[in-house]
Amino acid sequence: MPLVYAGVCSHAPGIRGRKDLADPEVRDALYAAFDGMRADLEASGAEAVIVIAAEHFANFFMNNMPSFAIGMADFYDGPIEDPGWLGIERFRAPGDRDLSERVITEVMNTVDVAYAEEWLFDHGIAVPLSFLTPRFDLPVVPVNINCQGPPLTPVHRAWAFGEALRRAVDAVPEKVAIIGTGGISHWPATPDSGKINWEWDQDFMAKWCANDRDALLDYDDLQVYADAGQGGFEIRTFLAISAAAGGAQGTVHFMAPIPIFAVSCTIATYDLSTSDRAD
Amino acid sequence: MSLYYMQKFLYELNRSSQLQEAYTADRHAVLEPYSLTAEEVEALTAPDIGKLYVLGVNGQILMHFAAFHQIEWQDYLQRMRDGIDDHGPVREGVYAITGYEGTRTHSESLGQEGGVH
Repeated sequence: MPLVYAGVCSHAPGIRGRKDLADPEVRDALYAAFDGMRADLEASGAEAVIVIAAEHFANFFMNNMPSFAIGMADFYDGPIEDPGWLGIERFRAPGDRDLSERVITEVMNTVDVAYAEEWLFDHGIAVPLSFLTPRFDLPVVPVNINCQGPPLTPVHRAWAFGEALRRAVDAVPEKVAIIGTGGISHWPATPDSGKINWEWDQDFMAKWCANDRDALLDYDDLQVYADAGQGGFEIRTFLAISAAAGGAQGTVHFMAPIPIFAVSCTIATYDLSTSDRAD
Repeated sequence: MSLYYMQKFLYELNRSSQLQEAYTADRHAVLEPYSLTAEEVEALTAPDIGKLYVLGVNGQILMHFAAFHQIEWQDYLQRMRDGIDDHGPVREGVYAITGYEGTRTHSESLGQEGGVH
């Protein structure tokens, strides 16, 4: 079936773990936006959701770091973090090994990926799922792009990967949603945690909404690091969604800098009826 | 310096309750299989969060090590800032690229209200 839903959201661990330290007004607005995203996801009729995250050394380390990895299991446990620290209790999320295998097989025709038959979800997937499928009842296909351990996945390869995922999703009979998670500018888990480049974030999301391929692929890692911190490397997950959306135009539903969450918290979607792949 | 092996130990510690128990029982013994300098062993056993940050440990690994030691979030951030004051800039790894600017300085450079969070 053609892709039924494409969007992005933040995954910062503080969104759950430090919720009591945030301004209640902006936190509640963010949570309400997540509720809206969940409603839209459910309304799409999605039978599975691909979550493209920037993993944080929970499953993949520099002894064997893939540029791209896709989970291929019938269940996934999480969170790998301390539940009290993350504010999310232990869970088991359903997977769909057969769907994963078909997606991976198609993607491999154009992009080399690693597959993983076990995967412990960290906050990159657990935080979004805690809002979007709080009962953990929608099969998940976890995906990772190396945004952490240089040399990083080139942004143009993240784009090619997104296009490959779209081809794979369109080729399976299931209704599939795809969601990218990550930050825009941020300096997570460092002494600069809480630093946010709001203007850079707004500029990036304008390009994301316009699905401006040339502008999105023009980001250089050293400049991103200077302007948006090492957390800015996670734009790869957002770019992959842009590519998967096939030219569709996007809308930002929520965006606000929340320093205690260490990022401009963002929820945005593409209108797939405007995709050049739309039926 | 052996940043790779420091991070590998912390990566494995974060994933393994058995290794956490072994670390709790004998902090030095669990480090023997890893190729580490005396300075690195000292930082990992103390634990010295500020020194580990200066040595280049990625925050995505280090923050869980701090949580394991019951170090609260704001204290974790402050220990890294103190580490820079005590030991100088980050020596290796991704954070050594541009160094530490500071939230207040950065926010002011952007004309934003800001500060330490």
